[in-house]
Amino acid sequence: MKIRVKINGVTREDDVEPRLLLVHYLRELAGLTGTHIGCETSICGACTVLMNGAAVKSCTVLAVQADGSEITTIEGLSGRNGQLHPLQQGFWEEHGLQCGYCTPGMILAAHQLLSRNPHPSRAEIRKALEGNLCRCTGYQHIVKAVEWAAEKVRAQAEHA
Amino acid sequence: MIPEPFEYHSPQSLEEALRLVTEFGEEGKMMAGGHSLLPMMKLRLASPRHVIDLGRLSELRYIRESDGWIEIGALTTHFQIESSSLLREKCPLLPETAREIGDAQVRNLGTLGGSLAHADPAADWPAAILALDAEIRANSAGGERWIAAQDFFVGLMTTALAPGEILTAVRLPPLPRRAGDTYLKLRQPASGFAVVGVGVRLALNEAAHIERVAIGVTGIGPKAYRAAAVERELLGKPPTARRLAEAAARAADGVQTNSDLFASAEYRKHLASVYVRRALELALERANP
Repeated sequence: MKIRVKINGVTREDDVEPRLLLVHYLRELAGLTGTHIGCETSICGACTVLMNGAAVKSCTVLAVQADGSEITTIEGLSGRNGQLHPLQQGFWEEHGLQCGYCTPGMILAAHQLLSRNPHPSRAEIRKALEGNLCRCTGYQHIVKAVEWAAEKVRAQAEHA
Repeated sequence: MIPEPFEYHSPQSLEEALRLVTEFGEEGKMMAGGHSLLPMMKLRLASPRHVIDLGRLSELRYIRESDGWIEIGALTTHFQIESSSLLREKCPLLPETAREIGDAQVRNLGTLGGSLAHADPAADWPAAILALDAEIRANSAGGERWIAAQDFFVGLMTTALAPGEILTAVRLPPLPRRAGDTYLKLRQPASGFAVVGVGVRLALNEAAHIERVAIGVTGIGPKAYRAAAVERELLGKPPTARRLAEAAARAADGVQTNSDLFASAEYRKHLASVYVRRALELALERANP
């Protein structure tokens, strides 16, 4: 089946099997391996991407369901000159990762939070990340990383 | 974890969807957000020959008031319900239930209609819908009918929907005066499903006695149910703390209780009475401003 998807600003067309999952489409056809495959059962959140701005678990979406949509993966967050997104910077500054496997999903789930709520409390950050599991750092540093990013985004907005 | 091959259909109108559902019969399976069906297909617990994706029927994505009812289109997502200011004001039970489902990503795609039609025994919506005395609209080639929530859940993952019917909307009465509602849940810590979930709507009369009370319970038995024994104990009575607690003790009366590694049948019965009591107390507090 023919589908047309805009991924990180670039439109592509592919002929895919209906059973192809969005995560496999992104990794194997689009070559964007920053989106990770974790549990494959819509629990862990490692495969989280934005579909039309909303965070979804791409292991539980068919590529054909994404036909006509806009997808943002972790590769699409940084600026054109390679400048890190405030969330990426936050995870760097606050040591929000060890192995990094859950990080792309964490960052995109946090991205949705900040787009809906620029001033989240710690409790709101934890609630927003309940669909993303980390098995090494624990969550303290991740929550701090999101707080750092929220602060940075606010400062940038005031500056602009 | 890859599903078996299937043919994919993406109808652009309800008429087209109804035609496909009739045409494929047993070999077809409807999909809304896909968050119940796709996990089952990946585990190959379900392998339909034809998947009919209702996801493009944006006409079924709405929350509105009409003729004294609140009506919600079947394709409305959990997140849309969670963030609806209309519902927060006129039926807080629904956003409270939505907020408890899965996680943020799941709530972006999962739908009210999909969850109800799936009728998982630990899903949240069935308890909410029962507590609200909601009605569920089923469309078929022959027309439409409204099914009372009490008649909708027939058994384990089985509903009153007939072959060829599509669940298209849910309607419910808004919160009356001197009434309160709520949804309380104990989450299974790994899956997020309800070990027990309780929806309550309670209304008081002029004398501050219980004029109406409806209690929906999920997670306890093979299907969600109304805690009728508790309701009978409370109707027409003044809602003292002691009476609420005594009535709530009957929350699982006559129910065949689930048992698993996480919660034995005995523990589930206990949880049912505790959560029914707490939900009654909170609904009462809200009914008494």
